[in-house]
Amino acid sequence: MPAPLGGGRAALAVRGLERSFGHVRALRGIDFGLDAGDSLAVFGPNGAGKTTLLRILAGLLRPHKGEVLLDGAPLERTDAAHRRRVGLIAHYSLLYDGLTAAENLAFYARLYGLRDREALVTRALESVGLADRAGDAVGTFSRGMVQRMAIARALLHEPRIVLLDEPFSGLDQRAAATLRDLLMRLRAERRTMVLVTHNIDEGLELATHVAIQVAGRFAEFGPVAGDLAAYRARYAEATASRG
Amino acid sequence: MVDLLRAAWAIAAKDVLLEFRSRTAFVSALVFTALVLAIFNFARDPTAVSAVDLAPGILWITFTFAAMLGLNRAFGLERENRALDGLLLSPVSRTAIYLGKVLANLVFVGSVEAIALPLFALFFNVPILPVLGPLVLVIALATVGFVAVGTLMSSMAVNTRLAELMLPVLLLPFLVPPVTSAVQMTARLFAGRPFSEVSAWLRLLVGYDIIFVAACILLFESTIEE
Repeated sequence: MPAPLGGGRAALAVRGLERSFGHVRALRGIDFGLDAGDSLAVFGPNGAGKTTLLRILAGLLRPHKGEVLLDGAPLERTDAAHRRRVGLIAHYSLLYDGLTAAENLAFYARLYGLRDREALVTRALESVGLADRAGDAVGTFSRGMVQRMAIARALLHEPRIVLLDEPFSGLDQRAAATLRDLLMRLRAERRTMVLVTHNIDEGLELATHVAIQVAGRFAEFGPVAGDLAAYRARYAEATASRG
Repeated sequence: MVDLLRAAWAIAAKDVLLEFRSRTAFVSALVFTALVLAIFNFARDPTAVSAVDLAPGILWITFTFAAMLGLNRAFGLERENRALDGLLLSPVSRTAIYLGKVLANLVFVGSVEAIALPLFALFFNVPILPVLGPLVLVIALATVGFVAVGTLMSSMAVNTRLAELMLPVLLLPFLVPPVTSAVQMTARLFAGRPFSEVSAWLRLLVGYDIIFVAACILLFESTIEE
């Protein structure tokens, strides 16, 4: 199914995105558009190019073809204003084990030029339930706590576009519920989200749009339509026919 | 410009704090320095070659290799949890990241040198006090040059499989001009020659610093972008 583009001023639009690593074509022409407040869940098997797509959207990776548009303007990877609008929750925490939770967030707050850093850091730690561990080194945290810290870091500067790569991995039930609440809040605030996940249940719960990515292409893209079982069947069909 | 310097300062302060907490590279560099100086001291034959003739070379070999331990760590810190992605995602310029790393490396190498210099004087019985001012100037200029280049090379080596081995291989050829200049100037200072005698070497060192600091700032972005 062809992936429709958003309007000319879509909050996030992607046109003809291609990227290779040596002989491996990770992305083979991806197009989509999302308006403010839309959230896209991208499902796909390992090696489908989902993380590559997110890294390009975040500006960490240069596409070989195609472009990313933020509010209709091409993403300039070196443009500070663009980078302020994007937050990424990646596979890795992007945190320093030797710094405390508060120091990590304060460091990023300084890089983003945020004011009233102390209060901001306290609020961010409270939002992920880690206020009581503010003075502990991140290196002493469990996997789930690190993931919550990574979420606090990514949302510290209140980005308009939030990119999430398997955000629920490693979270216990309580932390997963906290994250779900947080993402629902972001949706209510009309932030644009792109969520990469294997978990169809969680993806559908949070998304307004769904894409199934297989072998570097969107096999399907569109607003959420149908129930979980229907998406499971379509996902299985897409991965079987393309994989 | 203020934003750039503020971001560079934040990155440098973070690196120094992390090193202060772990002291991994600093202690390693100090132990290495003490060992090298002790080995050279006991290995040389004082009746064959005087300490003043040998000392400049030994001093700069020690400084150079001790500095590499710190330079290796500069971007190794960012490999942990892929923190470099966090820096690249943030709105700070790539130049600020580079300058922050250079600043932190200067603090590290400068601290090692500040401890190594008295040790060196002790082991080799070289009178450094009468030439301390010019000697510190030479050390500062040479350190700026090799830290600038070393920081760039460290950013290139960090993603290779054998980063610790790759850094000296990449870096040492570029260190020939500053280390040669520094050794020549140090030798003349220890020999009690007037400072005017080293002006040609001094110009070479200053020229190297200007050219390589500028070149490294320009090249840094392309070394860390994917």
